[in-house]
Amino acid sequence: MPLDECLPIVNYVLMMQKYSIASLLRHGINNHTSWPKAWRSPPLKESYDVVIIGAGGHGLATAYYLAKEHGVTNIAVVERGWLGGGNIARNTITIRSNYMRDQSIPFYVKSVALYEEMTKELNFNMMHSKRTMIDVIQNYPMMRDRRRRQHIMDIYGSTYKRISEAEVRKRIPALTGGGPGSRLPVIGGMVHTDAGVNRHDAVAWGYARAIDALGGEIHQQTAVESLVRGADGAIEGLQTNRGLIRAKKVAVAVSGHTTTLTETAGLKLPLRTMNLTAFVSEPVKPLVDVIVNCPDAGFYFSQSDKGEMVIGGAPDMGQSFRRDIKQHVFEDTVSAMLSLFPSFKKLKLMRQWGGHLDIAQDASPIMDETDVPGLFVTAGWWGGYKAIPAGGLTLAHLVATGRPHELMKDFTLKRFRHLDYVMETGTTTAR
Amino acid sequence: MMNIPCPFCGPRNEAEFAFGGPVKPRRPDPNATSDDEWADYLTQVPNPLGPVEERWWHVKGCGTWLSIWRDTRTHDIVEGPGNAD
Repeated sequence: MPLDECLPIVNYVLMMQKYSIASLLRHGINNHTSWPKAWRSPPLKESYDVVIIGAGGHGLATAYYLAKEHGVTNIAVVERGWLGGGNIARNTITIRSNYMRDQSIPFYVKSVALYEEMTKELNFNMMHSKRTMIDVIQNYPMMRDRRRRQHIMDIYGSTYKRISEAEVRKRIPALTGGGPGSRLPVIGGMVHTDAGVNRHDAVAWGYARAIDALGGEIHQQTAVESLVRGADGAIEGLQTNRGLIRAKKVAVAVSGHTTTLTETAGLKLPLRTMNLTAFVSEPVKPLVDVIVNCPDAGFYFSQSDKGEMVIGGAPDMGQSFRRDIKQHVFEDTVSAMLSLFPSFKKLKLMRQWGGHLDIAQDASPIMDETDVPGLFVTAGWWGGYKAIPAGGLTLAHLVATGRPHELMKDFTLKRFRHLDYVMETGTTTAR
Repeated sequence: MMNIPCPFCGPRNEAEFAFGGPVKPRRPDPNATSDDEWADYLTQVPNPLGPVEERWWHVKGCGTWLSIWRDTRTHDIVEGPGNAD
């Protein structure tokens, strides 16, 4: 191996402060004042091989795999706000692979597997908790839909299993509503044992630290104003609030603002931006040890390690760039939840948030090079948190080699030309 | 919460309405358009960071369809450029 290819790896091994019990003890002696910074804040250069817009989950994962798998280390990840302050902090940390389509399931199976290895891979505690998701089913068409998914998932090694109503109630004791006299009685459940939750901040910080150690740069407070095309039409760089940055390859990983940004390069994409919301209760004693998803009622929740109920529900009607929850969306979700979990009426709510994300009309992601040569997008992630590692792995492959990765070859932009959609019903947890 | 102005019922709560999507460009003549233009018409919706014109259906009220301009950043109903004529 030539020296310039070795250096990033040597750098990775030497530079990154390995977190371990020994380092904890060593720095503990100094009252924890001697910890090095987890990542640098280097000066912004004039040009890079690859610039990734958006230091969210997908942007960071792409930079990480570009550096690690493909040796592309002259990378900058530019971020308008702060690291891990976008949708990676605005989700319900649900990691699962119970999807519907042949194109989707292997992708998410890979993503779940990468998440499970992430603590070791990045030497950063992801607090991964593989705790199973149980769907509470309340009508027969939904049950048939889930059984159909089960048969497809079986082919690709994901897990889905039907359980009886009695078993559902045994495993979720707080589920006291939805009895025989109610409008939608609980008729059974589906168990997805691959599902889990982890710590979203750790995903952002773990990737950032690893990218930095591999030689990549992360630039916060760097807002992209427009994409710049050269005379030949190909991408040439981007105009930011800190000046022009040149790059032959630019990847856009900005979620809801994808169309806003690509329109500055004269590129229209088949995406609309929606606001998906969630809220959190006060912490209570351990009550529910699985992720509970109620597709017929239209909400889902899990209990965090702190004891808070993390509750997700419906999106706003219409396109939305808001980052909060509307009162009636909130009320609808709460009333749906109380119909099945009446005891939650006593819970006080602490925080609410919304994240704006973009969705294509077939609800599948878009990962492709656009009509502007050198401009890549990763977009259409509705519930993209679970897709972060596989999304980064596959987009990095496309950016570095110019060929799509096997796992994402169907998530193209071309499919809208031929109306060859990948209609995906497994995208939202609650539906 | 939006108070959507219904031409028959006056300003009414958003919860009474169903969303009908943004107003799309006119349907092109299928015989006089290229495949690409047709695919664009079918797949692309206006997605502005700011005012968008859209259709709402007063489904739990009088049942009429109406158009409003709404700012996607705030959900405020705003004056649209088309309201002048």
